Amino acid sequence: MSNEITAKDVNEQDKALLKDIDNALENCSKCGGCMAVCPMYKELGVEGAVARGKLSLMQGVLNGTFPISANFDKAMGLCVSCKACSANCPCDVPADELIIRGRQAVVKARGLSPIKKNVFKLLQNRHMFDFALRMAGLFGPLSFKKLPRPMAAVARFPMPGMDAKRVTAPFSATPLRSQYPETIKVDKPKMRVAFFTGCTINYAYTDVGQSVINVLKANNVEVVMPSMQHCCGTPVFTSGDVDTGKTFAKHNIETFERYDVDYIIAACGSCTEAFKIEYPHMFKDDPAMKARAEKLSKKTYEISEFLVDVLKFRTDNLGPINATVTMHDPCHMVRGIKVTRQPREVLKAIPGLKFVEMQAPDRCCGSGGSFSLAHYDISRKINDRKVADIAGTKADLVATSCGTCRMHITDGLVQNNLNAEVMHVIQLLDKSYQAGKK
Amino acid sequence: MQSQIIDALTKIVGQEYILTSPEDLYSYSYDATPGFQNLPEAVVRPANTEEVSKILALANTNKIPVYTRGSGTNLSAGTCPMQGGIVMVMTRLDKIIELDSANLVAVCEPGVIVGDLNTAAAKFGLICPPDPGTVKTATLGGTVSENAGGLRGLKYGVTKHYVMGMEVVLASGEVMNCGGKNVKDVSGYDMTKLFTGSEGTLGVITKLILKLVPAPEAKKSMMAVFKNLDDAGNSVSGIIAANIIPATLEIMDNATIKVAEEYSKVGLPLDAEAVLLIEVDGNPIVVEQEAEKVLNVLKANNAFSVQIAKTAAEVDKLWACRRAALPALNKLRTTTYCEDATVPRSMVPKFLRAVQDIAKRNNVQIGTFGHAGDGNMHPTIVCDIRDKVEMARVETAMDEMFKAAVDLGGTLSGEHGIGLGKLQWMEYQHGPVTINAMKAIKRALDPNLILNPGKLVGEC
Repeated sequence: MSNEITAKDVNEQDKALLKDIDNALENCSKCGGCMAVCPMYKELGVEGAVARGKLSLMQGVLNGTFPISANFDKAMGLCVSCKACSANCPCDVPADELIIRGRQAVVKARGLSPIKKNVFKLLQNRHMFDFALRMAGLFGPLSFKKLPRPMAAVARFPMPGMDAKRVTAPFSATPLRSQYPETIKVDKPKMRVAFFTGCTINYAYTDVGQSVINVLKANNVEVVMPSMQHCCGTPVFTSGDVDTGKTFAKHNIETFERYDVDYIIAACGSCTEAFKIEYPHMFKDDPAMKARAEKLSKKTYEISEFLVDVLKFRTDNLGPINATVTMHDPCHMVRGIKVTRQPREVLKAIPGLKFVEMQAPDRCCGSGGSFSLAHYDISRKINDRKVADIAGTKADLVATSCGTCRMHITDGLVQNNLNAEVMHVIQLLDKSYQAGKK
Repeated sequence: MQSQIIDALTKIVGQEYILTSPEDLYSYSYDATPGFQNLPEAVVRPANTEEVSKILALANTNKIPVYTRGSGTNLSAGTCPMQGGIVMVMTRLDKIIELDSANLVAVCEPGVIVGDLNTAAAKFGLICPPDPGTVKTATLGGTVSENAGGLRGLKYGVTKHYVMGMEVVLASGEVMNCGGKNVKDVSGYDMTKLFTGSEGTLGVITKLILKLVPAPEAKKSMMAVFKNLDDAGNSVSGIIAANIIPATLEIMDNATIKVAEEYSKVGLPLDAEAVLLIEVDGNPIVVEQEAEKVLNVLKANNAFSVQIAKTAAEVDKLWACRRAALPALNKLRTTTYCEDATVPRSMVPKFLRAVQDIAKRNNVQIGTFGHAGDGNMHPTIVCDIRDKVEMARVETAMDEMFKAAVDLGGTLSGEHGIGLGKLQWMEYQHGPVTINAMKAIKRALDPNLILNPGKLVGEC
């Protein structure tokens, strides 16, 4: 439509949307180093897939070669936000952030895609979102068939936007936060922490949430799960809808500020990163909000990081788990909050457990949050490489620290006829405490 | 581009492998060289020799320029489609066809990444030594076409010393084979050498026969800091005079030391005029003996301090400061020109002084580091390409710098290639007779001038 007017006006308007990152884009020397680490480029092999190409497309808009077009939108969408480009950039160009800025410009110039628009609208209303996902849990068994492995299901009939063979996590009939009182008390607590559950753990992988609570109880920590907490906003923010992302951030900051806790913990790399890094960053132009975000940021920890670095978790009463375990480092753990040592320390503390490192444990599993919904085929190809690396270890169990990674790797193992099971690190520790009681 | 040409290209490579949208064309309008950009009219990604042959035949009949491209990491605008036409991306030809350990040979398609060949060869205890800074991204085809070098040039030579044969599609679309697996081969003109380093101006490489060598068993790294540049230069000569050929012998000048130290905080003294990084490799016993001799040479030449890496972590730390050189310079400003003027080894201190003087006189920021052992320097200019006044000064400095290298008996380019970046000084280095001979070769093999036109030898 507006594309047809061609008009310099459109270009001028689109240019204005990216003007503030002109210098940041110019810092990319086009050396192409990102090609070595980009999972998207590995599969697609075209410049538009890799950071260098995407940054250059933004420059194309800035110098008026083309407007923020459908093709531009598509190119910006082809990114799993794994941050490997930024982590390996010799010029320290924050390409992942700039790509999100590109998406933000798309949202402003062209609006969100219709599917995302509806999902985000639902997300914006906490009560409606909660209701919809509870319904999914209640009526899920009608539409999803459970597989003979824990926490895995496939759709019984075609679902819009979902590949027919794809294995996902079943929605829980009762969300985690409804399974417990808001505060879970222990005798003479050592400390009090607030648990930011995130959506995946609250609605789907409730088993992970239960393990977090069990482990903290076993270490004499009082847990509170603020009932008003909402989605961290990362899926919305990375899609370029920054304003909605900020609304979520503000809501969560206000919610958690009301609780007098020593620490805030989360059991997902992306959720932790939101509290720890994204929120203060989001409000960089609003000193008052920034200060509030930073206060929470300072006491936020990912669960394994908290257990190892802060709590010094109990190891004297751990029981054996006789299994070979390998570890997948989620992108937002390794390159977001930079936590890779602590989950391994947790695993290595478990008696009987044989830990085997896989080839490239920090390579993206291809999920990319909602990316895998829009581009399942590419997502599957990236994941097949991960699954091959897992197969190379002959592990019985894959430990990871992210719900969407767990779901996507489980799918990959099923599609490739492998029997290994995927679990959160904390679930293994929980099992070990249970075994210790016997 | 006429729609029947697009249709014909589509028929050859298939709908999925031709790109024509403005955004896709823009994505192939540049490479890693600042300041050169132009839109092609179509981008094709052929799968095999046959498709390459058909594309060239079509382009030749219709006199359409063809720009062959691997990963597009070159630093001489070698793959920029300055006259529009077709960009032909070779990355789908990415198979290692054969690793022949009996003959120490690898047969590869040109889209194989250099690092991937080395990973595969490592299983046999072998290496393909040329290691440009882009080993993890650059293709073999690009590396051979640019005759790239790397850190190990002094002992192991550069890419041309490892190319034994190839399959090339000529401008006409005909497929030619030259060279082979023979160590000794004097049958006919050495066509393999002619196409190596020809920057895509004579033909399109579709298969490569490469020489492999045994991987060194042991390595030893050391670093020496000098307060006086001449002492560093004398150390380099001294090491060679002691009959030692280190695998790597790197130098960084004061301007580079300052920014690298600021960036990586490895503890280099800011008043040092030069730092040398040396690695000897080979048989473990010989490596120990050579390291000892190198140490003596460094001490005899007033090294301010010498460090020998004892653990893998220490090796990493030593090389961290060399690795930091380019990124650190890169980060100072938005635009970085990493040049590769090269002089005979004995002229290195003179050239470094000349570059420092040129930088000062023209008020341009230049840090120089590079491969002291083989005389291949990387004077790196940092600036802002959007500032026209500054760029005029940069151009003058470049002009003086390249002429200084040639005047010292050096060459415009040690390993990055001429492309467009250094074209204007070709005649200054070679004189009209040589240039005309080069142009005659170009015209003989590519009479319609469709292959990477205007590059390396200029307009013909």
